[in-house]
Amino acid sequence: MSFLELDGVSVAFGGHTVVAGLSFSLEAGRIGCLLGPSGCGKTTALRAIAGFERLAAGEVRLGGDRLGGPGVHLPPEQRRIGMVFQEHALFPHLTVAENVAFGLRGQEPPRRARRVSELLATIGLERQGGRYPHELSGGQQQRVALARALAPGPRLVLLDEPFASLDADLRERLSLEVRELLAAAGATAVLVTHDQHEAFAMADQVGVMREGRLVQWGRPYDLYHRPGSPFVADFVGQGVFVPGRVVGDGQVEIELGRLRAQAPAPCPRSGCEGGCRVSVLLRPDDVVHDEGAPLRARVVAKAFRGAEFLYTLETAGGSRLLSLVPSHHDHAVGESIGIRLDVDHVVAFHQPPGETAAGPDSRP
Amino acid sequence: MHNWRWEVFLEPAQGGSGATYLDWVLVGLRMTAAVSLCSWVIALLWGSLMGIFRTYPSKLLYGLSTAYVEVFRNIPLLVQLFLWYFVAPEVAPLGLGAWFKQLHPNLQLFVASMLCLGFFTGARITEQVRAGIESLSRGQKAAGLAMGFTLPQTYRHVLLPMAFRIIIPPLSSECVNLVKNSAVASTIGLMELAYQGRQLVDYTAQSYESFIAVTALYVALNLLILLFMRWVEKKARVPGFMGGGGR
Repeated sequence: MSFLELDGVSVAFGGHTVVAGLSFSLEAGRIGCLLGPSGCGKTTALRAIAGFERLAAGEVRLGGDRLGGPGVHLPPEQRRIGMVFQEHALFPHLTVAENVAFGLRGQEPPRRARRVSELLATIGLERQGGRYPHELSGGQQQRVALARALAPGPRLVLLDEPFASLDADLRERLSLEVRELLAAAGATAVLVTHDQHEAFAMADQVGVMREGRLVQWGRPYDLYHRPGSPFVADFVGQGVFVPGRVVGDGQVEIELGRLRAQAPAPCPRSGCEGGCRVSVLLRPDDVVHDEGAPLRARVVAKAFRGAEFLYTLETAGGSRLLSLVPSHHDHAVGESIGIRLDVDHVVAFHQPPGETAAGPDSRP
Repeated sequence: MHNWRWEVFLEPAQGGSGATYLDWVLVGLRMTAAVSLCSWVIALLWGSLMGIFRTYPSKLLYGLSTAYVEVFRNIPLLVQLFLWYFVAPEVAPLGLGAWFKQLHPNLQLFVASMLCLGFFTGARITEQVRAGIESLSRGQKAAGLAMGFTLPQTYRHVLLPMAFRIIIPPLSSECVNLVKNSAVASTIGLMELAYQGRQLVDYTAQSYESFIAVTALYVALNLLILLFMRWVEKKARVPGFMGGGGR
């Protein structure tokens, strides 16, 4: 049995269902993430776990205890769940140390003080204990919010878009830091974000949500390389869809050649044998620049990313591709370069007749 | 041309008690201060409670506090004073009416004025407190609950400390308004500053001097209140918050 279990959880506001039949489970000490565009219900799902929203259906269990479900609704203050909020929600009238000590009431002062200084040391703010939250930087505030949530030793930590108010640079550094802090505390955590980089950097398990439903739940690697639907393929990572045709067992023919799937069948739907038309996902890392390759494509656009270029290419047949190329290969727009396909995971979706291969755009 | 006679204040007042007209003015000032202070205590306590109810997740408490605000904000203060002084003692239950009527007449005036000003100002403070609580981010309440605090504890330790800091400036002006409003008590005969001013005119016929003195004392009293509230605001200021110090 898993530590955190959501079983068919639904939340509705005035008859409008915001979260529908959400089920997933998380082992103790793991970090899970709900990823999705804004308005997909991920924050509501988190608030339901915390106890701020009542369930319309389903059940939430933590360590075997039912927190919410039919006839059960444990109020948030009795759930022993720590929470980190998007806007930090530090208490502005209390010092940093008082904020961290907030959840430790009822403990003897010396023990309390020890725990606070221990946590402040962990987040690297041992000298800022006497400052007020508004005297700290956004990143420091975020760390204090995490320390405050961890202080009472919660059974579960929930993080609601914890880095949304920080700039991109800080976000990446802090997400790794927070992951380490959570791991050091042995905490089980659920994170909510719309940023896939954040999700991948922090979480062991990621669930992609869309319109209140969980579309796919799995390891970041699997979401990226084995997306279960065009929506997941689009939302997680970059890439383009090119039209293809299934030509045999585990083989797909596209304009640029024949792709051979390693383990899983190329088309997730059954009844998709020879001749079936599919959309094939090509990630930027599937298209490798190789001067000696016979296959040529014209550079249409390029975006410099420091270590690499993201080239948008056009093949002779008019298909657009994205390719990630080490940045010392600096080609001009309009130049024709050699490419080779290096597709480990063939991802193809059944394409109903009459529909064009609309899919992920070539966002740089 | 007015014949200025400022020395009138030092002349012994009619009635032969040995008091000067200045003493009359000071009696009025003391009464204004006393009735304002007592009303302020009622207004602050009651208004805070009602303000909390206005934001509390309970239909009953919300309904009660909303009805209170609407009634007390929408009836003219003068009418409310008459209601408290003339009507309330007749209809009050539990023998409160009889108890009120056996009080010394001056005390009756004081109690009616105090209750009137207290609950009238309380309705305005209710709205300030509600606005203060609602100006805090939703995360503050959630954070308090997530730390294991009950809702009343969250109000006590998280929401109210910040909400009150935020509403100190509007509260100061409510306090000043209260002092100014206390002048209506002169209509039922409470011997506060405005009433004493009129008395002075009646007895000395020095209307300019009398009302200039009364005006100056109101201004002085209110300036004192504003200075005090500014000091409170400074004391309560959170470093780095709302433009004070820090970044």
